[in-house]
Amino acid sequence: MANKTSNDAFVEFERVQKSYDGETLVVKDLNLTMPKGEFLTMLGPSGSGKTTCLMMLAGFETATHGDIRLDGVSINNIPPHKRGIGMVFQNYALFPHMTIAENLSFPLEVRKMGKSEREEKVKRALDMVEMGSFGGRRPAQLSGGQQQRVALARALVFEPELVLMDEPLGALDKQLREKMQFEITHLAHELGITTVYVTHDQTEALTMSDRVAVFDDGRIQQLAPPDELYEQPQNSFVAQFIGENNTLEGVIKDIKDGRALVQLDGGELIDCKPINVSKPGERTRVSIRPERVEYNKDRLQEGVHTLKAEVLEFIYMGDIFRTRLRVAGNEDFIIKTRNAPDQVRLQPGQQIEIGWLPDDCRALDA
Amino acid sequence: MSDTAKSGPVLAADGTPLKRSLARALRMQKMRALMLIAPLLIFVLVTFILPIADMLFRSVENQIVSDTLPRTVVALEDWDATSGETPGEAVFKAMAADLQEAAAAKIHTRVGSRLNYETPGISSLFRKAGRKVKKWDVEGDGPFKEMFLEVDDGWGDPDVWRTIQTYSPRLTNGYFLNAADMQKGPDGPEMRPENERIYWVLFQRTLFMSLVITASCILLGYPVAWILANLPSRTANLLMILVLLPFWTSLLVRTSAWKVMLQQQGVINDTLVWLGLVADDARLVMINNQFGTIVAMTHILLPFMILPMYSVMQTINPSYLRAAKSLGATNWTAFWRVYFPQSVPGIGAGSILVFILAIGYYITPELVGGTKGVFISNRIAFHISSSLNWGLAAALGTILLVVVLILYWAYDKIVGIDNVKLG
Repeated sequence: MANKTSNDAFVEFERVQKSYDGETLVVKDLNLTMPKGEFLTMLGPSGSGKTTCLMMLAGFETATHGDIRLDGVSINNIPPHKRGIGMVFQNYALFPHMTIAENLSFPLEVRKMGKSEREEKVKRALDMVEMGSFGGRRPAQLSGGQQQRVALARALVFEPELVLMDEPLGALDKQLREKMQFEITHLAHELGITTVYVTHDQTEALTMSDRVAVFDDGRIQQLAPPDELYEQPQNSFVAQFIGENNTLEGVIKDIKDGRALVQLDGGELIDCKPINVSKPGERTRVSIRPERVEYNKDRLQEGVHTLKAEVLEFIYMGDIFRTRLRVAGNEDFIIKTRNAPDQVRLQPGQQIEIGWLPDDCRALDA
Repeated sequence: MSDTAKSGPVLAADGTPLKRSLARALRMQKMRALMLIAPLLIFVLVTFILPIADMLFRSVENQIVSDTLPRTVVALEDWDATSGETPGEAVFKAMAADLQEAAAAKIHTRVGSRLNYETPGISSLFRKAGRKVKKWDVEGDGPFKEMFLEVDDGWGDPDVWRTIQTYSPRLTNGYFLNAADMQKGPDGPEMRPENERIYWVLFQRTLFMSLVITASCILLGYPVAWILANLPSRTANLLMILVLLPFWTSLLVRTSAWKVMLQQQGVINDTLVWLGLVADDARLVMINNQFGTIVAMTHILLPFMILPMYSVMQTINPSYLRAAKSLGATNWTAFWRVYFPQSVPGIGAGSILVFILAIGYYITPELVGGTKGVFISNRIAFHISSSLNWGLAAALGTILLVVVLILYWAYDKIVGIDNVKLG
């Protein structure tokens, strides 16, 4: 995205606000720019405003304030049926009184397309999602996964440039969901369509997206590619929401050279990377990923501070070991280690010393 | 699995066929279920099905003639009704014997009024003759023909005897012919003269007005059901009370209220006159005609339309409309192609309810229908309670029942009965 110009902005939210009751804002000052062809996921807990944003983009909700632009054109006053945006709904919303083929043919019919052209496009769309032989069935005769595919085909059959998906995999079981995640991303990239995907499932967001917008309290807390989001959370909400996370609370003692010295509430000192803290004396919440914690002394850097820990529980999870520790008064401190032949299995009651690279330990807002 | 197909029926562990042992195992359950519904079943059978069957049977029952006048019926067998001549002395003699017996038992007027339905005037012949015949000596006196003619000239009319002969079988189609505005002529059934056809007009009117009432209920009820189904449930429940409010008011009160509203000195006319839209001497006639009946019955039956439509519409997820719009359909197309077809089962259920209630409605047409707005049910009620021609009432009722069943069947063929939902 280095050569990003204003022409690249396919979908734009500019200072968008939304209120339902005139008293509270559900969406507060949303600014977002998406280039063409991007797969962007809006991730957040329920009530964070992500679905409202999607509905405003689709045209089912009007923005209370601000501008939404599609390909440079403001769409605030364009009704949904003229926006040409494909949409996949949470419950699929396949019309139960029509066959699968009729469902797919519907958007083409309302566009006054000829019969032979319609049939051809419907067939191609069904083949695309491997549902070619199901055209004559009714939605109720299909399984959840099949309905999901048909809903996807219907949203794509009229070749929209932008497709919105509102928690489309929420109703599927885990295995099917993982398969569909893969298929949807492939399809979206293959066809080069711009996709806005809403979910509350962080794994889904991380595995599918080019970029993820983490929503909370009506604002985007962080907008970044998945790896950046996971490894470099910008505030403690994102750190908590994405992936598993250990937190320790304390006060900044000193900041210099991109290092922060933090005194934990129990008095211990640790080294961190300051993210959104600026001056000594500020309270901070320190975040460390479970898999970045090191307890093998040989692998720890010289001179960094370490913490004493007591092993409380060892859980064997197959591919990984999950160990719960008591660290600086926190009894829910988790470390994850890979199941490798040389890996030590910690025993409950064992006293160990843990440490980490200062870059992996992020001092965030309290 | 596959070897059982070759070796015949599947056997249970003790060697009996599986089907039989399954049936045995389920028999106890079935018996218990039957015992649970038995009280209701017996109640319905005794208070509903049997009386209706008995009533319907009256539409063809005609034992009274052959039971009261057995000798006459036998004697009349040889008489040729088409000859245009009065029957011979033998028939009159038989009639005298029958009538004497009947008069002694005081049942001769019943057969008189029965035959009077078919040929007006017979009732008085039987009453007069019954009074005289008591003093006659059936064996010694004679000739009876002259004696009868002395009582009343009417006995000499071949039509009277033809009526007796025609209605002597124990079963008759006479009531049905009557109900269909037909009569038994010399050459079999024929239509009555046009000015005497009353039931055909009534049936037509009943069907037509029921259809109009059903249609206006759909038109008025659909938007209401739509709004109720799309409101938040708190508000919807509150408004639902308004829909149900009429149920808490007596039907008579509601109908009488329409009288107050619609009559020429009523609220609507007064308002129109006051507004100057209608001249005082040209007040609108809105009651005691079809208009009044349609208005009042639409109002009364409207909840029966709204409730099933509402409960069906409630199950239609709003995301269907959104999906249709996102696919490029205008508001109207989305409604017509996606929402409306899904609400048809509600319309179907409501229409069947309203139509069947309307076609048999009695109180409202009676009160506000005047003469032009009455239904077939009012005529049936008249024959049950005033003219006491129960046979004709039963025949009219049977025809009404059959018409409803035919319409029901047609509905099943066109829309499909499984396409009806009450929620």
